[in-house]
This record gives sequence, C-alpha cells and structure tokens, in this order.
Amino acid sequence: MPKWFIPVAAVTALMFAASPFLIANAPYEATMGLVQKIFYYHLPSAWVFLLSAIVCGIASARFLFGGSPRQDRLAYAAAELTVLFGAIVLVTGPLWARKAWGVWWQWDVRLTSSLMGWMVAWAYLLVRKYGGPGSDKLAAGLALFGMANVPFVYISVNYWRTIHPATSVVPTLPVDMGVALWFAVACFLLLFVLLLRLRVYLEEQRTRLDALYLSLDE
Amino acid sequence: MRALVVLLLMLSSLSASAATFRQQQPESQPPKQTDEFVPISQLPAQDQLPAAPLLVIAYAFVWLVLFAYVVSVSRRLAKVQHEVTRLESDIAKRA
Repeated sequence: MPKWFIPVAAVTALMFAASPFLIANAPYEATMGLVQKIFYYHLPSAWVFLLSAIVCGIASARFLFGGSPRQDRLAYAAAELTVLFGAIVLVTGPLWARKAWGVWWQWDVRLTSSLMGWMVAWAYLLVRKYGGPGSDKLAAGLALFGMANVPFVYISVNYWRTIHPATSVVPTLPVDMGVALWFAVACFLLLFVLLLRLRVYLEEQRTRLDALYLSLDE
Repeated sequence: MRALVVLLLMLSSLSASAATFRQQQPESQPPKQTDEFVPISQLPAQDQLPAAPLLVIAYAFVWLVLFAYVVSVSRRLAKVQHEVTRLESDIAKRA
C-alpha cells in the first residue's frame, strides 16, 4: 500500500467523526424540518455513486480498447463501490422521502434512473463472478452503459417533472448549510479514494496469487 | 365491651378500604359512538410521523454499511495475502 494511505485514512476517520457535529449545528430547513438533515450524507453519497460509475466506465473503455489489465482491476473496484454508495443513496433517499413526500418511493425519472444505474453495477459484478471466461470484456461493455446513465441521472430533475429537489438547491444553499454539506462531500470523496485504492490493491494481490499458482504448476 | 370495640374498629377499617378501592377504580364508561367524521387540514403534533427515527436509521445505516464494507475488504485482503505468503514459501522450498 502507498505511504499516504494510513495518514489519509486517519484524517478521513477524524473528519467522519466530526461531521455529525457540523450537521447537527446546521439550521433546519423551513418546510421539511429535521428530516432534511439526511441530505448531508445522501447528496455526497449520490455524487460518489455517480463518480464511481464514471470511473468504472472510463476504466472499462480503456480496458476494452487498450487491453490493460490495470484498467480492468480499477473498473472492477469502482463497480463494487458503485454498488456500495448506490445502496446508501437508495436507502437514505426513501427514508427522507417518507417524511418529506409521504411515500417511500416515487417512480419518477431521478429515482428510477438511479435504480437503473445501481442495477447495471450489480449486473457488472454478477457477470464478473459467474460469467466464466471472457466475462471481463462483457462486464466492461455493461459498465459503458452504466456510465452513459450518469448524465441522465444528473439532469433528470431539471428536464422532467419530478418531486425530487432540483440541482439548483446546492448553489443556493445558505452558508451554514453549505459548510456542513461541503465538509461531508470532502469526507465522502476521501473515503472513495481510500476504498478504491484498497479494493484495487486486493485485485493486485489476487493477480499476484494467480501468477504464483501458474508458476507452481509449471 | 372490648370485643364490641374491636368489631367496630374492624368494620370501620373495612368500610374505609372499600371506599378507597371504589375511588381508585376508573370510571368505566365506554367511548362515545362516532356519528360523523370531522376533517382537519393538519394532523395534531402527536399524530405526525416523527422525523428523528428516520434520521437516526439513515445515519446508522450509512455508518454500518461503510464499516461492514471496510471489514469485508480487509478480510478478503488478509485471506489473499496469507495464501500468497504460503505459496511463496512453497515455491522457495522447491527451489
């Protein structure tokens, strides 16, 4: 593992421990009240979910057209993180919606396209696990569709009628809310970098293990 | 005479305890029958869905899932590294 990993992990852990205090001190939203504070973890995890789908897609494209095993390992790691952060988004969102909208789920464009992106990431992992020989390239093709879905998820709230808050919410946040949000965003981005590096390292070790088994057979 | 006093005392204490018991019994009247439904524009505060449990569940879920994932990756990594060490020592012995 690189030298920066442990110090950055310590800083990230401290930041995560401090984040609830900043969120608790942020003001309440006028119409939604207390439940709106789910936003401070929901939005950063949604951004990291979309970011990891993009990383997975770009690495898969480079693997498909360049054949680099390093890019394949990166894509595999990013797909797992897409599933992880997607699960956080798809659980915290309905918990917020239950109070704010009165329902757990709405089949509107933002929620449905997010669910589709999450299912594509699951499909990637299932194809890699059970697809047999050649599944790496098949899964890479899936990852391209997962990445193509990302802009659709992001702009959906501005182009279609939906009850989900629009993207204009973030730039118009008051300072007190903005500080808590951007601190949480920094936490989740650092965590994403750390988890991605850790997961790629696991794939590197697996590649090394495969090479050892081959040398043992020869 | 003494027996009469004792009997009177016993009777008075019994009647006092019976009165106390009657006082402690709730008025067991059945609730009034509903004749009509009256609409209101807003729920009373005690009937509204509380936000705090939803908030706590959301934050607890995030922390638990992230912790579980870190544990899962660490365990997978430890298993692979143990296997790598074992194979390397096997190869070294053969050489």
